[in-house]
Amino acid sequence: MTELLEAPIAGAPHGPEGEHEHQGPTGFLKWITSTDHKVIGMSYTVTSVIMMIIGGAFAELIRVQLSTPNGTLVSLAQYNELFTMHGSVMIYLFIGPFAFGALANIIVPIQIGAPDMAFPRLNALSYWLYLTGSITMLSGFFVAGGAANFGWVAYAPLSNSVNTPGAGADLWIGGLLLTGFSAIFTGVNLTATIFYLRAPGMTMFRMPIFTWNLLITAILILLAFPVLTAGLIMLYCDRHFGTHIFSVAGGGVPVLWQNIFWFWGHPEVYILALPIFGMVTEIIAVFSRKPVFGYKGMIFATITIGALSLGVWAHHMFTTGVVLLPFFSIMSLLIAVPTGIKMFNWIGTMWRGEVWFSTAMLMAVGFLFTFLVGGITGIYLASPPLDFFTHDTYFVVAHFHSVVLALMMGAMGALYYWGPKLTGYLLNERLGKSQFWTLFIGAQLFTFPTYLLGLRGMPRRVAVYPNHPAWQNLNDWATVGAVLMGLSTIIFVVNIMYSWKKYPAGDNPWDGHTLEWFTTSPPPHHNFYRLPQIRSERPTWDYNHPGHGAAAHGELGKKILEHEEVS
Amino acid sequence: MEPSTLPPQGVSVRTRRWRRVRRFVALPVAALALAGCTVPTFGASPGATTSSQSVFHLWQGFSIGAVIVGGLTTVLIIWAVFRYRRRGDNIPKQSQYHLPLEVTYTIVPVLIVLGLFAATMVVENKEVANPKTAVTVDVNAFQWGWKFTYPGQNVVVIGQTTQDPVMVIPENENVHINLTSSDVIHGFYVHAFNFSRYALPGVLNQFTFRAVQTGTYDGQCTQLCGLYHALMWFKVKVVTPSQYSTWLQSNYDPTAYAAAQAATKQQTSSIVPTKPTEGNS
Repeated sequence: MTELLEAPIAGAPHGPEGEHEHQGPTGFLKWITSTDHKVIGMSYTVTSVIMMIIGGAFAELIRVQLSTPNGTLVSLAQYNELFTMHGSVMIYLFIGPFAFGALANIIVPIQIGAPDMAFPRLNALSYWLYLTGSITMLSGFFVAGGAANFGWVAYAPLSNSVNTPGAGADLWIGGLLLTGFSAIFTGVNLTATIFYLRAPGMTMFRMPIFTWNLLITAILILLAFPVLTAGLIMLYCDRHFGTHIFSVAGGGVPVLWQNIFWFWGHPEVYILALPIFGMVTEIIAVFSRKPVFGYKGMIFATITIGALSLGVWAHHMFTTGVVLLPFFSIMSLLIAVPTGIKMFNWIGTMWRGEVWFSTAMLMAVGFLFTFLVGGITGIYLASPPLDFFTHDTYFVVAHFHSVVLALMMGAMGALYYWGPKLTGYLLNERLGKSQFWTLFIGAQLFTFPTYLLGLRGMPRRVAVYPNHPAWQNLNDWATVGAVLMGLSTIIFVVNIMYSWKKYPAGDNPWDGHTLEWFTTSPPPHHNFYRLPQIRSERPTWDYNHPGHGAAAHGELGKKILEHEEVS
Repeated sequence: MEPSTLPPQGVSVRTRRWRRVRRFVALPVAALALAGCTVPTFGASPGATTSSQSVFHLWQGFSIGAVIVGGLTTVLIIWAVFRYRRRGDNIPKQSQYHLPLEVTYTIVPVLIVLGLFAATMVVENKEVANPKTAVTVDVNAFQWGWKFTYPGQNVVVIGQTTQDPVMVIPENENVHINLTSSDVIHGFYVHAFNFSRYALPGVLNQFTFRAVQTGTYDGQCTQLCGLYHALMWFKVKVVTPSQYSTWLQSNYDPTAYAAAQAATKQQTSSIVPTKPTEGNS
């Protein structure tokens, strides 16, 4: 087993009284001038959670409109704006920036023992681009003609200047360009940080799964986002400079937009999901008091998902009739394999562990169930005949909401798990558990009737629908589910206010495994006063529990572990 | 291993584990056996065409796999979280690798996926095949309605403001559809056919189906196409061949047909919602 040194081996000042204690501005001035990854990450977290609340409010309006066949809460035009902005806010402004901007920014440098991100100023630029992009996109509601209304996918030629005139659409494009650049810079930053700023002893195969997943995410961002950026510029040129890239009249090809969009859009699904997979992995391991089961298999599964995700984009376009069906079908089906490996590794991590149901762990288990449903229905959609059957119906809506609601549970779990590290204070567990149950039950009440609605032929993106006996009850249940999820968000906000500086967390409230639990809560300016020896992917655990290192089953398993020890 | 989880004397861990596995597998299998020959629909319906029925069977096949794999995984999760719930301050065995197990849950999903892919290809090849057809309908989608023209028959049906356009086709006859769009992307979707296809500007999409059941079926645009997307309905009416020829004769109108053909070429945007909006602006 690993020998552990009591003495620190890195990080100069030996305690909070160290000579380099950071003296800088506080309050608002600190927020707008800081290049500290923790301050930037906190800004990201707060901004993205506000976006979640805004996007959630749109969702509630949509569900109330749909609770009756000829809903009159909003007009047809307003409805189109609502679902466009609900999707855009949730995907572009909440879950994406939350996944690779918020917690990644704070946790990744600490997990690898780095003092900050590789490019702190670029990091600040990322955040400010994200904030301005968000404001730009949302300001569409305040211009004549309203916000963008062509769906979050902005299919050409509906998104051209003839079919969608007005500044709302341009603000949508501009906002997305800004947040796109923000994501690219974050991708650059994370890649450089993870490759170059690891502490002594932190080899690649000793990095926590969360950091590994962020590395793959960052590489996917670098491959996918520039394509979206280019596409958006083409779209803008079509709208304003008389080009005909996506218009038939000028010899362009409308489907080109879909190819460009989904070449970004499908990797984007994993850009959102991989960080949250990482968060869930960390939570499950810590709250089961076991190492991540099949740690290396988990990493190879992540790499495989990342690689396959670049070759599946046209499964969103099966019904266009102009893509090669078998290739994209088998590639999409194959993604189920590494994803299944992850699922079984999560179960294997809990197996024979000591599972502690804190709110974070409940959220992680809720993620497992909800993601299982979303994953399995995704397999149906990878089969072109079944996709012809369900495409653009509520079945698809239910499928990706299962996935993103699972991600949302993972995200919430991560806030409960890492929140105390960032603020120094725990959130109330009783309120946290009520938040979990309202979110979990609400998510299932929303998605299951929605799957059935799709199978019974209700198309998506319709503001009104015929008075169809087979549809009515299901729509009502879906609305009840949405209201419950809204309630869970309210409980979350109440919990933050109620628990404000009430329950001091201490440095290591969960008996954590990774380096962030070795430093103080919140961490000092450059993160560490001292570091433990890093001899596995669980340095803090090794330090606190000498003699309880990982064990393997069988000779082959031992070889995997031994390789790690000598590397 | 902790003392509490040691197996009782005389029963090896392996046997105990195997019994547990058998119990998990037995449940879904027994449920299927009880269901007998009638495989559940899993929420879908066989529909009214030959390919909709193949798609339905594919759906059932996928669903059986989904129930078995999903059910097994659910049981494993539930078992793990309740059986291993933390009761004290023990540190469990820090097991991390079990290579045979990991290889198993890599290989088995690959085999399942290959099986699903093979089934997919069989149905897909049937569905996208282009057999010889006696009936052809040109379907043109526009903002916000549908136009059905019958080439060589001088018959045209255009979506009116007050009623859905009806596409009439004969039963037990291969029907070939030429699908186009005059403006933005629309989705041609007939729920009873378990089928949809985009109407793309600048692209001629073709497909064939064979309705095997007379009746009137709802169709709707499924791809967002602007303000009145929600109201872009149509109907498909499947009739007997003799009713079909009667219908063709009674709708014979060369002038309208020629005008429609010309308009399809020129039309870029025609604001004709197929239904009035009720209570909406």
